[in-house]
Amino acid sequence: MTLKTEEFYINMGPQHPSMHGVLRLLVKLDGEYIVDCEPVIGYLHRSIEKMAEGKHFGQFIPVTDRLDYVTSMSANYVFVLAVERLADIVPTPRGDYIRVLMVELNRIASHLLWFGTNTLELGATTPFLYAFQEREKILDMFEATCGQRLTYNYLRLGGVAYDLPKTVSFAWTDGVMPFEKACEKFLNEMIPVLDMCEELVSENAIFLKRTRGVGVLPRDLAVDAGCSGPVIRACGVKYDVRKAVPYSIYSELDFDIPTRENGDSWDRYKIRMDEIRESTKICHQVLAKMPKGAFKQVLPNRIWVPPGEVYSRIENSRGDMGTYLVADGSEKSYRCKFRTPSFSNLCVMPYLLKGALVADLIAIGASLDFVLPEIDR
Amino acid sequence: MGIADRIRNLFDSAGLPPALDWVKSDIVMMLVVLVLVIGFISVSVLFLIWLERKVSARIQRRMGPMLAGIPWLNAKSMWLGGIFQTAADAIKLLIKEDLTPAEVDKLVYFLAPMLVFTASLMSYVVIPFGDGLSVTDLNVGVVYLLAVSSIAVLAIMMAGWGSNSKYSLLGGLRSVAQMISYEIPMIFALLGPVLMAGSLSMQDIVKAQAASHWFIIPNIIGFIVFIIAGTAETNRPPFDLPEGESELVAGFVTEYSGMKFAMFFLAEFSNLFVVSAVATTLFLGGWAFPGLDAIADPAIRTLVSFLVFLVKTYVIILLLMWIRWTFPRLRVDQLMHFGWKTLLPFAFLNLLIAAIWVMVSVRM
Repeated sequence: MTLKTEEFYINMGPQHPSMHGVLRLLVKLDGEYIVDCEPVIGYLHRSIEKMAEGKHFGQFIPVTDRLDYVTSMSANYVFVLAVERLADIVPTPRGDYIRVLMVELNRIASHLLWFGTNTLELGATTPFLYAFQEREKILDMFEATCGQRLTYNYLRLGGVAYDLPKTVSFAWTDGVMPFEKACEKFLNEMIPVLDMCEELVSENAIFLKRTRGVGVLPRDLAVDAGCSGPVIRACGVKYDVRKAVPYSIYSELDFDIPTRENGDSWDRYKIRMDEIRESTKICHQVLAKMPKGAFKQVLPNRIWVPPGEVYSRIENSRGDMGTYLVADGSEKSYRCKFRTPSFSNLCVMPYLLKGALVADLIAIGASLDFVLPEIDR
Repeated sequence: MGIADRIRNLFDSAGLPPALDWVKSDIVMMLVVLVLVIGFISVSVLFLIWLERKVSARIQRRMGPMLAGIPWLNAKSMWLGGIFQTAADAIKLLIKEDLTPAEVDKLVYFLAPMLVFTASLMSYVVIPFGDGLSVTDLNVGVVYLLAVSSIAVLAIMMAGWGSNSKYSLLGGLRSVAQMISYEIPMIFALLGPVLMAGSLSMQDIVKAQAASHWFIIPNIIGFIVFIIAGTAETNRPPFDLPEGESELVAGFVTEYSGMKFAMFFLAEFSNLFVVSAVATTLFLGGWAFPGLDAIADPAIRTLVSFLVFLVKTYVIILLLMWIRWTFPRLRVDQLMHFGWKTLLPFAFLNLLIAAIWVMVSVRM
């Protein structure tokens, strides 16, 4: 007698407890194996691009925070960069350095958050807390600098909103310390913790089994789908906007672009861990070179920019993020389009999941590190 | 001699008036022992959950529950702060609304939490808590224990099927596959000590160890296999696939709330104690301890043996907690591979070693 079996659908998300954001995955299952999977997006659509047309440039900066709440600094940056290019505004040197410092710290915070949640999806709870305890220190520094812990609204046209605080005092500093010293202290103390986390996870047999050779993304597909950031660098493509199209002060800084060959979850994990180390290198250099002077150009609140169009791009922690801005001579943008890395990175998900197990669904999704508000906008 | 006989002897020595002889009847004794065992389980579980939270907190560099306790102690000690946390949790679960989702298979859905706890409760019958301190000393104790522990599989399958939810079903299916696969290496791991003691009775196994040495020598492989298989049997990480929260929400307990959920929780922690107690009994000498026989007073000897047993069991429990908060979760196919291709051969190897050991020691 043959038993009649049939495939069945399950709806992962938008309310699944470990789905990253409000992504809905329509998964067709044959027992534990995934036959087909269809990502459904749009549950977090707030028409941010349309909102850009109704606000003048300065007013729109806080909205860009909501594009990617894990790395708000980068989201601020890409928009500010577009407007500055269009209006021919040059940020002050100190402002530029502070921006890079903040963006890199934010990248570390984002990767730490990713490390924590990724191991959490694989079932290990402890590294999650180690990572968050370190991330907390970065948030402390951000709070002291711009008053916010998640949506910073810190970058301004021509610089940043506030200067770095002169002295700070947190639970983890030795009393009151100059901000630069506290930052150095954090960077120096984070690396051993990172090593500890890697020791706990990287050589763990179960972790290796769950990540090595899982979710292998072929190089051609990654290029065709427009993947970027750690996802494409794990496939062996040495592409990073900071090196490919240098912006700001990145051409003066000495750092490497870690790449790997296999394109599996393990490589994506390793790349992000290496990137944290590279970012600390950048932060050290920026802190050492930090110029004195004004942190922001004195500009009017409203800026009328000449008509034209511009595309600005930066490397945020998930990849190549861009803003396409069309101005019609008013103080508002005529059209503002964001190119977000998570959207392209999510595109390859159905391919990666075909034939995988349910347990890998969340793990592979986590290794792609997408943030939903950035996709839905 | 079981607990009931001991209580009867206690009454006899206290000089119970003949009018109260009914107190010594079997039915009353049964109830008394039942209350004792359930009381022990409840207190243990309350303590274990609190311990688990504190141990995990220390592993994760945080404080753990610090508020629900004696105010004076909360401020004083990181370890004793929040000792009433589980009691507070239990009260919360008791007064919570008991939801029954629509379209569930009512009978199966209601029976599952009771059965899962009953299965765990039945295991306590043969556990030798101390010298002569077991509910009953069955001569097939080990077999009984394994038989009873496999009832839990049925209960979890019922929960998965009765909930009428796809996540629960997947969790239930995983659980059946996992528990059946890991029961086999577990049985073979237990055969080593049984072979050496020449008995299936738990008390006899302990006595055999008291007479010679702990059976962890030469059964060290068996001990490790048993600990791993036991972790899988109790559905604890890294084998918590049936309730793997990152993919299956909460697996077979997804649709349960309130006291029914608490029953699953209770059973999980009570099983943790059972597994540790069995590991202690078969591999670490149970209540046996050098110098125990030197204690003349039988009451004190029983008490000391009970304490020795508890200490050894808690060492194993702490080991299991350490494992839980360190490892990521295995995937379902890897779990099967590991169980059948790695654990089972090692269990066989252990049996072989034990058999050779017995043969050689008999010859000499």
